[in-house]
Amino acid sequence: MTRDAIKDLVLEIIKDIDEDADFEALQADQPLRDQLDLDSMDFLDIVMELRKRHKLQIPEEDYPQLASLDSCVNYLEPLLKNA
Amino acid sequence: MPFSLDKAAASYDVIVIGSGLGGLTSAKRLSYCGYKVLLLEFHHQLGGLATWFKRNGHIFDISLHGFPYGMVKTCKKYWTKEITESIVQLKNIVFDNPQFSLKTTFDRIDFTALLNKKFKIPQPVIDRFFATVAGMNFYDDQTMTTRELFEEFFPGRTDVHRLLMEPITYANGSTLDDPAITYGIVFSNFMNKGVFTFEGGTDKLIRLMTEDLERNGVMICTNAKVDRIVVEKGKVRGVEVNGRVITAPAVVSNSGITNTIYDLAGREAFTSDFLEQADAIRVNNSSCQVYIGLKKDADIEDRGDLLFTSSAPVFDSAELLDMQTHSKTFSVYYPKTRPGHDRYAIVASMNSRYEDWNRLSPVAYESEKQALIARTLIDLNRYFPGVNDKIDWLEAATPKTFNRYTLHTHGTSFGTKFEGLAVSRSIFKEVPGLFHVGSVGIIMSGWLGAINYGVIVANDVDSYIRSI
Repeated sequence: MTRDAIKDLVLEIIKDIDEDADFEALQADQPLRDQLDLDSMDFLDIVMELRKRHKLQIPEEDYPQLASLDSCVNYLEPLLKNA
Repeated sequence: MPFSLDKAAASYDVIVIGSGLGGLTSAKRLSYCGYKVLLLEFHHQLGGLATWFKRNGHIFDISLHGFPYGMVKTCKKYWTKEITESIVQLKNIVFDNPQFSLKTTFDRIDFTALLNKKFKIPQPVIDRFFATVAGMNFYDDQTMTTRELFEEFFPGRTDVHRLLMEPITYANGSTLDDPAITYGIVFSNFMNKGVFTFEGGTDKLIRLMTEDLERNGVMICTNAKVDRIVVEKGKVRGVEVNGRVITAPAVVSNSGITNTIYDLAGREAFTSDFLEQADAIRVNNSSCQVYIGLKKDADIEDRGDLLFTSSAPVFDSAELLDMQTHSKTFSVYYPKTRPGHDRYAIVASMNSRYEDWNRLSPVAYESEKQALIARTLIDLNRYFPGVNDKIDWLEAATPKTFNRYTLHTHGTSFGTKFEGLAVSRSIFKEVPGLFHVGSVGIIMSGWLGAINYGVIVANDVDSYIRSI
């Protein structure tokens, strides 16, 4: 999966969680939490969705790696290289 | 409609024991993940403590008193649109005690104004207090107590402490001596937008949840009391229920955490290190309630939705737990609560200790119950003068009643103190395949806490099943 495809995947999952999420002004290097009003339950949903769609097991200690869109892509790129 | 146990298959992917809001939500999430789920409930009605009963044309809600706005987002994500759209605000929260009387929407804007104008607290102190509690996380330092937190910001102001603490004590059984983070997390949730309720009542919520589970293919059996969780070679193999073993690689217990460890799995399933942690769990206190139904043609003025009342001079956690407490909440259910069901009902709630009621002889128990009802009516008449003539149903519940219907250790109505959370969260690392969901740690309590915890545990279960 390319970096752009991973980015789209993450945004698509967020859109499923919150249909009102506005990505217009989203800064990829800034925390998603502050920009999109996501809470810890939303991050859990992202983890569960990634496991469901791509059989990815993300351990709890790695959750902070999902903080921004850029860090999500960096973290997921090696895990999804064959997807 | 739930089935009887003889309709259940021989094996499932996941068995959920107990249908409290945590158990129902775990079942929902796991069926959404594609698993074959069996939900077993010992009672004939689903919901656990999210329950109700009917008497003389009345419907009495047990635990529908008010939850934070976060419930809207949670129900939207994990349940259905119809459930989400039934959530409405309770705008009139009343405090009445010897130190102050006021009416509030119980949100940050209104509380800021009250603290500043009525209690004369400087604005920067209020802002710093809100910022401090809003920034609290469950994994933060737990050494500071709520008492210390209040003393830091509002030294010597027992009136402010009461305003901030009293509602939370009724919401989750916490005291001034519990970790400040448990207070901060729950209080901030409420302060977000105020207090909300479920229009249509608990019976409607549980009906909608049951229908949603059935649509998702969850097999639900009531009158099915699990005798034990079968653990073999250190792993979960299934459950034994009515003399029959049903197998599953994962079992989610929505029984109390102490019931799960000691009664269902049994001490022999755990290591001594884990048991040491489990033995240190303090279960939270229980409750007393008085259910008051008004005659068909009777009505009362709107004096507020939720009344925190006390004639005790100051807030005192021990006073609130005393059998003779002078502190209680009145949840007033106007006809708007259940559109179409044109009745008024009032539920008085008090915190209470199981031991105080359990040690009474049958005769003393009955007379204490009557005394509880009499004291409640005296207090109620202060807000609704002459209400006695309008009443056509009176009934009381004690910690023993809570124990009988939920089977919880000591009838706890608020789960456990903080240490229960770590045990609940780590039980599957101790016995692979065994999970616990339910009120623990003060923060994973109440309707919102229970539902969110159901999602968190379902995530652990999904991760586990995919790894085996």
